[in-house]
Amino acid sequence: MNAGSPIVLSEASAAPVAQPSGLTRTQHAPPGGAVVGRGAMPPRPGRAQTTKRGRPDREPGLKRANFGHGPGLPTLLLLPQFLILVFFFFIPSLRALMQSVLLSDPFGNNVQFVWFDNFKALFANGEYRQSIVTTLWFTVAQNVITLAVGVVLAFATDRVVRARSVYRTVILLPYAIAPAIAGILWAFLFNPVVGPLAHMLHALGIGWDPNRNPSDALWLVIMAASWKHICYNYIFLAVGLLAVPASLMEAAAVDGAGPIRRFFLIALPMLGPTVFFLAVMNFIYGFFETFAIIDAVTHGGPAGATNILVYKVYVDGFVNLDLGSSAAQSVLLMSFALICTLLQFRYFDHKVNYGV
Amino acid sequence: MVERAPVLDTICHAILIAGALLVCVPLYFAFVAGSLTIAEVQKVPLPWLPGDQFVVNLQAAWVKAEFGRTFLNSIVVAVGIAAGKIAVSLLSAFAITYFRFRYRMLAFWLIFMSLMLPIEVRIVPTFEAVANAALPLQWLAEMLHLGDLWKWISGHDIAIALEWNMVNTYPGLILPLIASATATFLFRQFFLTVPDELCEAARLDGASPLRFFWSILLPLSVSNIIALAIILFLFGWNQYLWPLLFTTDKDMATAVIALKNLIPRSDNEPAWNIAMSGALLTMLPPTLVILLLQRWFLKGLIDSSK
Repeated sequence: MNAGSPIVLSEASAAPVAQPSGLTRTQHAPPGGAVVGRGAMPPRPGRAQTTKRGRPDREPGLKRANFGHGPGLPTLLLLPQFLILVFFFFIPSLRALMQSVLLSDPFGNNVQFVWFDNFKALFANGEYRQSIVTTLWFTVAQNVITLAVGVVLAFATDRVVRARSVYRTVILLPYAIAPAIAGILWAFLFNPVVGPLAHMLHALGIGWDPNRNPSDALWLVIMAASWKHICYNYIFLAVGLLAVPASLMEAAAVDGAGPIRRFFLIALPMLGPTVFFLAVMNFIYGFFETFAIIDAVTHGGPAGATNILVYKVYVDGFVNLDLGSSAAQSVLLMSFALICTLLQFRYFDHKVNYGV
Repeated sequence: MVERAPVLDTICHAILIAGALLVCVPLYFAFVAGSLTIAEVQKVPLPWLPGDQFVVNLQAAWVKAEFGRTFLNSIVVAVGIAAGKIAVSLLSAFAITYFRFRYRMLAFWLIFMSLMLPIEVRIVPTFEAVANAALPLQWLAEMLHLGDLWKWISGHDIAIALEWNMVNTYPGLILPLIASATATFLFRQFFLTVPDELCEAARLDGASPLRFFWSILLPLSVSNIIALAIILFLFGWNQYLWPLLFTTDKDMATAVIALKNLIPRSDNEPAWNIAMSGALLTMLPPTLVILLLQRWFLKGLIDSSK
């Protein structure tokens, strides 16, 4: 069940034949995940009943009406998924774990077990520590910008009536654009020789040159990454605002709260889970998916100023062929991604309902 | 809207127009640059109005980046990822919601574990795995000392070297990107909302599980499938790192990778006009998809991150 998901669209998928629902405010909508707190699940009449075999039906995530078949058919159905997961997910991940505690030369002739030396070497390496700092700056700045702009745009969208869908369509456009292309567009705008915006900066007396100046380069990729990702934050916030019950807003208005006050004191707190979800997603985006922007725009330079962690994994693994170090970095990134996932599921424990 | 606030509403329109401009300015300048000659595009400052070379530049970009071939590759990869992931996910979601078998929860957790580890994180080992997908079998052989065993039995010395190279192939480009569980969870959540009576009725009428899946569950899932297919198509089309590593052969490059080679580096002539028209061309298919199928796209975007 989708009860308690932060978005009103879940209403649509709860109906057996779900039509793509329009983004219109549903008056009778339950207050969504924003209010139904963790673990508050609607009682399920079917759960306590027993199946035909007389066993209590307590298995989570199993249909009450199921095909009580033996293991044959379900195994067959799961097989394609598992083959793909084993070959392209589990084996590579295990291999990264193994390699991260091994030291080998680039040709793999001489392999040695070195415990956590690869990790120790990483943290002793100034370049790696610099890369962590860069990544944090990059993701935090990108996170703040996309969330702030997303909130403002979502608030404005919620107020306007005329041309609402036109605005929404235009603001959503960057979702279709590949990160690499977003990077290229911004690289052109701020190209120190031909870029029109760089020209304006120069006219203002700012010596802008992302090819030489590290902080300019970092700002360039932050802008490109944010530009590409604002739409994602925006749409979740806009949809979340639709789910805020109109009755609450009206009650507050009657009590004399103005639109902005209502937004900050009622709507935004109710969107708390959505904001948290977006912050985690922004971190994941900034850590991993911005690889393309870095590679297309700065190649990690100048002087390592935009050398974010995932780009460094790639450079160490494929250019410098330092497999042990690259694997150790992969493992660290994996743990980070896992922490993000767990955080998200902890906060949204109704997002995947193990118990339903 | 609760009350009238004309000033605030005007401000809101202004904010939204600013947001739309923020989106459009880079696109507009790309269009301007893409419509100039190479001499004009290097003029400082860049003209504010487009020139008349747009079609010429499009043609040049089309030829230079071999978009005829690379667009085909991108379409195959994007459609392959979407279709493959949906097919695989539908089957496994069906298995874990509609069957009672011993390792059901184990299967669920194994799939769950693969959620949210993006390919960028495990890029090096995945590359090794796909560069030689038979590698695991080889490790197994080495671990079991099969070579020694064979030597002991027959007296011959053999070297076990299995190889199954997927570099520069469509499966190599598609399969690793299918390995994630988001779609499985989407379908699982949806199946859990399908009324139990449907399955009971189907069973009373003597339908086999597969018949139920094909004739009842699949038609019910159509809207979810379409919505997800759009998101996955965009995901596949916009892939960067994996195709970059995986297509050493120019004929197998995707459109985004081919575009990357159009960007002027400092040492050659700054053909930004060609690069920008190429960029516009490459973003056209996904843009059309979200413009034409916007309602489905929104549903997919929001469903797929539940």
